[in-house]
Amino acid sequence: MPKRTSYDAIVIGGGHNGLVNGAYLAKEGLDTLILEKRHLVGGAAITEELYPGFQFTTFSYALSLLRPDIIQDLDLVSHGFMILPMPHSFAPMENGDYLLTGPDRYLNHREIARHSARDAERLEEYEHLQDMVVQAVKPLMDSIPPNLYSKEPEELARMVALGRHLGSLDHAVLHELVRFLTGSAADILDDYFETDILKGLLASSGIIGSNLGPRSQGSGLVLLYHRMGEYDGLFGTWGFHKGGTGGFTQVLAKAAEAFGAEIVTDAPVAEVVTSNGKATGVMLDDGIELDASIVVSALDPRRTFFELVDRRELPTDLVDSVERMKFTGTAAKVNFALDGLPRYPAMGDREDHFRGFINIAPSMDYIEHAFDEGKYGWYSANPYIDATLQSVVDPDMAPPGKHVMSCFVQYAPYHLRESDWDTERDRFGDIVQATLERFFPGFGDLVLHREIVTPLDIERTVGLTQGDIFAGAFLAPQMYFFRPAPGWNQYRTPIDGYYQCGSGTHPGGGVIGGPGKLAASQIINDRRAAE
Amino acid sequence: MLTTPFHERTSAANETGLWSHWAGHLVVTKYQINEKVEYFALRNAAGVLDTSALFKYRIYGRDAERLLSGVLARDIRKCRPGKAQYTMWCDDRGFLIEDGVVLRTSSDEFLLTSAEPNLAYLESMIGGDQAAVEDITDHYGILAVQGPASRTILSALVPEVEDLSFFALTPAKIGDASVIISRTGYTGDLGYEIWADAADATDVWDAVTAAGTGRGLLPYGSQVMHMARIEAGLLLIDVDYQTSRFAWIDEQRATPIELGYGWMFKRLDRDDRAFVGRGAIERELADGSSRFRLVGLDIDWRSYQRAHLDVGLPPTKDHVPVEWAMMVYDDAKRVIGHASSFLYSPLLQRHIAIARLSPSLAAPGTRVRIEVTINNLNYLVDAATRRLPFFNPARKTA
Repeated sequence: MPKRTSYDAIVIGGGHNGLVNGAYLAKEGLDTLILEKRHLVGGAAITEELYPGFQFTTFSYALSLLRPDIIQDLDLVSHGFMILPMPHSFAPMENGDYLLTGPDRYLNHREIARHSARDAERLEEYEHLQDMVVQAVKPLMDSIPPNLYSKEPEELARMVALGRHLGSLDHAVLHELVRFLTGSAADILDDYFETDILKGLLASSGIIGSNLGPRSQGSGLVLLYHRMGEYDGLFGTWGFHKGGTGGFTQVLAKAAEAFGAEIVTDAPVAEVVTSNGKATGVMLDDGIELDASIVVSALDPRRTFFELVDRRELPTDLVDSVERMKFTGTAAKVNFALDGLPRYPAMGDREDHFRGFINIAPSMDYIEHAFDEGKYGWYSANPYIDATLQSVVDPDMAPPGKHVMSCFVQYAPYHLRESDWDTERDRFGDIVQATLERFFPGFGDLVLHREIVTPLDIERTVGLTQGDIFAGAFLAPQMYFFRPAPGWNQYRTPIDGYYQCGSGTHPGGGVIGGPGKLAASQIINDRRAAE
Repeated sequence: MLTTPFHERTSAANETGLWSHWAGHLVVTKYQINEKVEYFALRNAAGVLDTSALFKYRIYGRDAERLLSGVLARDIRKCRPGKAQYTMWCDDRGFLIEDGVVLRTSSDEFLLTSAEPNLAYLESMIGGDQAAVEDITDHYGILAVQGPASRTILSALVPEVEDLSFFALTPAKIGDASVIISRTGYTGDLGYEIWADAADATDVWDAVTAAGTGRGLLPYGSQVMHMARIEAGLLLIDVDYQTSRFAWIDEQRATPIELGYGWMFKRLDRDDRAFVGRGAIERELADGSSRFRLVGLDIDWRSYQRAHLDVGLPPTKDHVPVEWAMMVYDDAKRVIGHASSFLYSPLLQRHIAIARLSPSLAAPGTRVRIEVTINNLNYLVDAATRRLPFFNPARKTA
């Protein structure tokens, strides 16, 4: 129950972007309320003890894309922020061999050279060029994009600045950027590499959360996006937050509260209250009305524009755009509580290969075949799996000697042909477990508990339309100028005082915080301009 | 090179083949290729460090307390049997000779660790006291068990650890080995140090690592030790200060007050000891004649980032400690001191430094600038002074 009935700002949705947004607004001195429909904040970034002693990262499971400024601005370290490194990457192969990379350049070179000496050398060139591209794109990612349709001097100045920035780039970097933004992961990777196992590993980043195969145009963009992150200055690397992504959102909640924001859980919002084209507050499901001249939706664009407000109040072109926006739930999670560490026969008693991500995608073809099934409305018989034994990285995730294993699985299309997810859930879990059994013999004997999270479960629990983990697919026509809709890419809405800050806005999905932060800066700028 | 009593185990665990020399001993620089794995084991769970290379002295006899009262600047009489004390000893001009930890095992026996040899120095101070000093450096191995899970892990072996208070010590048994466990360390976190007879050292190592299995315990090397001690704001000889014994000029020397340890002399008026350096320390306190103050610096991330991006480089976040001087300036670009230790702290997610600044500029929150090298040129990056330590979790003393 909120403490008062009137606030300066109300943020709808206590996912990580809602929390970031609320924290920045509170830091600015706004009397801020964050409303979360569930019993805990975090949205799709939560940690739950679903089996006694075992902490599950139900949905999102790793950190990299989080904008580093947010850590500083919100003083997150003093509230418990801690990223634990995951320096290894383990890619099992069908023939029992593997590709294991780690923190040492030259050992990685040796290891890759076991498969191809040429690829071993080219990998570093590829990664360096990719890092240059990433560095070129970062300023775009960390600023409010221009509004293409505005003739305001401020927007024209933004366009000029954008043009200057792109013009200042190294020509090879600029061209590579275009290739990433428009091409397929396979196009790019085939230019560099010949080894199936390496290409399978690298291509995986191009399909995460997307209804794309490695050969689909557009998978280059997804590939680049997943390299945009860092922790501790190591570009493109992913880590684990202490206590999981839920541990991270708890830190965010503490930071928001420390700045004076109030967080209320179990408080679903029925609608945004408007008057004469202006937002005046929100009404909760239970009928309670709360006043605020600033209302921010951290929900996805469909909910922001079609559920929280009356679409008849909105311009037709916006309604059409949001109607057409692609939400492609295609990812699922299967999380396991394990009685011990799995065994990969070729690794013997080694454990270092579990200090990172396990990538089940022995080739690009493997992923492409998995996509073929997804394309036609069924889940993959041989799915792509990104697995991590998080209790190896953070022993507090499971009792000593036991482990939790998070498995991100594709493809699992939201719309199933001739069936539904409630019917197929267990069969899907069996397929994932059987796939792991194939690579880690004896895996099934270790399973104490398993949790299956389908796109339907993601939609039901978190509220992401069709279970799209990015709150709107990563397709060029849905990014930057056009996210979530052309002309409405600057966090404002046609309703005065009503803003959007979810992953459906620029720069996009993942545990990134950028939308929450940039939306807050827009709100604060508008407020100052109005004063 | 000498090896420590744990060498058989440390060498088996050392995956890098990298070793450092510490007081004539081989010690592991880092066990793993990615030392951050060790670092986060220490900061998130627990780590073990072999600190056996330290010089160790047993000071004993009826007048042992009297002897140390005269040598050590901090009042050892306040350290009851079963307690330990972080202490310093100075020359007669009040300049620091060394710092170390002293354990009081009984009313007339003390164990002192130091970074440099001090046997002759301590013996020269005995005078007519009924006391003796014995060099027991090789008799013991010392294993530090540090980090948030250290209590859980050690108390499974030694139940007494559960209630051991900050800077307390207890005799104990680990398996058949008789050990002394003190709640001390060099990480700024909850932690313990185990003194074991050299012959028992590997057994103690095995017992501790077995108790840590499944709880994230890993051995950590000297590189991580240096990272942790900077975060904890703990001094390192030859980095943050030089011993007065071998300094050439007074600029190289430092007093305890200048180094931030003036609190050791809060009750000097009620302390009737004649100890080496007392007169000079009293004068410094009375005259406010400290030449500098040791403080922490928080480096401003945006300023650091901007300096890099301006030349087209991504900003670096290097956790390897820089333990040599980096100049510190005021707004008018006048040199006001220097940083002696600098690193990017993965725990604190920012660059930090330990610096000597003019006392007038040492107040917490003072804006200063630190010189960093980017693209082979010097840049001044914004920083703010702060109290040490940087990292001080409640569990350290709880």
